[in-house]
Amino acid sequence: MILGLVEHDGGVLPEPSLQMLTLGRRLAERLGEPLAALVIGPDAGPGVDGLAAYGVSVVHHAVDDRLDRFAPGAWAACVADLMGRTGPSAILAAGTDRGNEVMAHVGARTGLPVAANCTEAEPGEPGDPYLVTRLRWGGSLLEDARLHGDVKLLTVAPHAVRAEEGPAAGEWSVGEFSPKLQDADFRVQVARQEARPAGKVSLPEARVVVGGGRGVGSPEGFGPLEELAELLGGVVGCSRVVTSLGWRPHTDQVGQTGVRIAPDVYIACGISGAIQHMVGAKGAKRILVVNTDAQAPILAHADYAIIGDVQQVVPALVSAIKETKSR
Amino acid sequence: CVKRVPVTGGRITLTDDEQDIDTRYLGFTVSPHEECAVEEAVRLVEAHGGSTTVLTLGPAAAEEQLRDAMAMGANRAVLIEADGPEWDGGATARAIARVIADHRDAGEAYDLLLFGNESADAGGYQVGIRVAHLLDLPCVTGVKHLEIQDGTAVVRREGPGGFEIYEVPLPVVIAVKEGINLPRYPSIPGRLRAKKAAVERLFMEAPRPALEKVRMRLPQGRDKQVEILGDGATGIERAVEVLGHIGVMQS
Ligand SMILES: Cc1cc2nc3c(=O)[nH]c(=O)nc-3n(C[C@H](O)[C@H](O)[C@H](O)COP(=O)(O)OP(=O)(O)OC[C@H]3O[C@@H](n4cnc5c(N)ncnc54)[C@H](O)[C@@H]3O)c2cc1C
Ligand SMILES: Nc1ncnc2c1ncn2[C@@H]1O[C@H](COP(=O)(O)O)[C@@H](O)[C@H]1O
Repeated sequence: MILGLVEHDGGVLPEPSLQMLTLGRRLAERLGEPLAALVIGPDAGPGVDGLAAYGVSVVHHAVDDRLDRFAPGAWAACVADLMGRTGPSAILAAGTDRGNEVMAHVGARTGLPVAANCTEAEPGEPGDPYLVTRLRWGGSLLEDARLHGDVKLLTVAPHAVRAEEGPAAGEWSVGEFSPKLQDADFRVQVARQEARPAGKVSLPEARVVVGGGRGVGSPEGFGPLEELAELLGGVVGCSRVVTSLGWRPHTDQVGQTGVRIAPDVYIACGISGAIQHMVGAKGAKRILVVNTDAQAPILAHADYAIIGDVQQVVPALVSAIKETKSR
Repeated sequence: CVKRVPVTGGRITLTDDEQDIDTRYLGFTVSPHEECAVEEAVRLVEAHGGSTTVLTLGPAAAEEQLRDAMAMGANRAVLIEADGPEWDGGATARAIARVIADHRDAGEAYDLLLFGNESADAGGYQVGIRVAHLLDLPCVTGVKHLEIQDGTAVVRREGPGGFEIYEVPLPVVIAVKEGINLPRYPSIPGRLRAKKAAVERLFMEAPRPALEKVRMRLPQGRDKQVEILGDGATGIERAVEVLGHIGVMQS
């Protein structure tokens, strides 16, 4: 049996979990084993029916009053408990913050290795290690690795596999179980939640991102970039140099240790194109560069470029767009 | 806990055996998350008293990253020397936990163990969590805000449905993300002090990896041909056209 830990967002099945199940189903087919899913907590119910379309034949629903607020250790205890009850050959989770966290706890509890953010997994003969491909450097580099362990533990990198429905499993069942949980599993549990500030378009969802790097020159230099973003219904992002200099808050940072964006167009101004920055902009459909240096590495990632000074080009672009719009 | 990694620029070059990044022409650093972990530790000590130890497992040259951390204000540095192939997350955690337990047994128990959320290169998302289990301590990852109130760590992180707040009594393992603070630039006296400070060294035998690197590869890039729209002002007109084609001029 291949077991997938499915996250659920108020009844909606998040895309990374469906991508994980798609990879899980492929493994299950290869091995001739069934695909099972684990959902945890009282609000898991509504989304469960959607799992059949992804080839899941059994859903295990962990139920306990204490699971009303997220607790990573308790989620891992649910996984470990179910592992003992059903003997899966592999356990998968999505390579999200939550998925990676829970699987690391499972690995720590069981002493098994965990391969985080896999893009592929090849099972080989029974008992063999899996051959996995996983992301390093936030996705700038790939690693082929042998994953050992009696039970293979891995997470699936978001957006590495396309979520595809598959042949529904013949039989379909949903069963609740009471996992064995100890007080220690709840040492870390959400005490309370705060809503994210509403309003502005968020960077990951923006259709237009205007990014600024060291070449913007100063915090005030971002004024014209703000204006350009505003005109195009977008938001401003930046490089790490800019956040390190204190010109912009870290929430604006695009890249490996910042935010990942996926706009229709990324307008990158005065940014050199370090791999750690570009990996955050991989999802951009088009890249338009403004840079004084025609040899800057970012040009290798760009669709369009204006070779010039940000301080002249961006205000000129703003005026030209205003003019075009007013026609 | 910090890990030495190369500063790769615009592109990565691999060694011929595909086992590593070719670092012959590169400098070295630690993950931004780990830099923030060091800064957070130093600030807490400035505010509450105590001392900061920085620890790494890596090649002898990783002494450089320990000295960088001492230049920021860390008091004590420990290098677990592990030459040869990279250790996997499980082995790394066992080695780190052993050193921390030894310090505890020697009367030097830590209230707070700070990690990066994930290492820059391996990105295993697990060493901190594994160390916590080995030492039977609670662990919170992804932390973007940390306060110590009456012996309790009050921390905040982003969750799927908003910000999550946790309250966990010390001692605790915390894995932080960049953005929790803005790390300082080390002062000149700080650098001088760090240059002369002692680094404790330990050697540990490399265990058999359970997650075993076979080779590294560069992801297939999109083959792109950049269109130069113009030099300075000459490119503006075409740029407006292009934005129109992309369909972002309507808003
Ligand atoms: C583990 C790790 C994680 C990292 N994570 C991130 C991350 O999440 N995000 C990130 O951005 N970086 C990250 N970095 C840092 C990254 O490696 C680079 O240092 C950084 O992205 C460079 O920022 P920059 O392009 O603004 O500056 P620079 O590299 O200094 O480039 C400035 C560019 O501006 C151009 N320029 C200068 N003046 C002008 C002008 N007047 N008009 C137009 N162009 C001009 C120059 O030609 C140059 O191309 C990380 C590094 C490491 C090691
Ligand atoms: N070799 C190492 N030496 C010291 N700390 C490490 C090492 N590897 C990982 N860590 C710590 O564990 C965190 C998570 O690493 P990882 O599980 O590899 O993503 C890192 O950010 C570091 O704080």
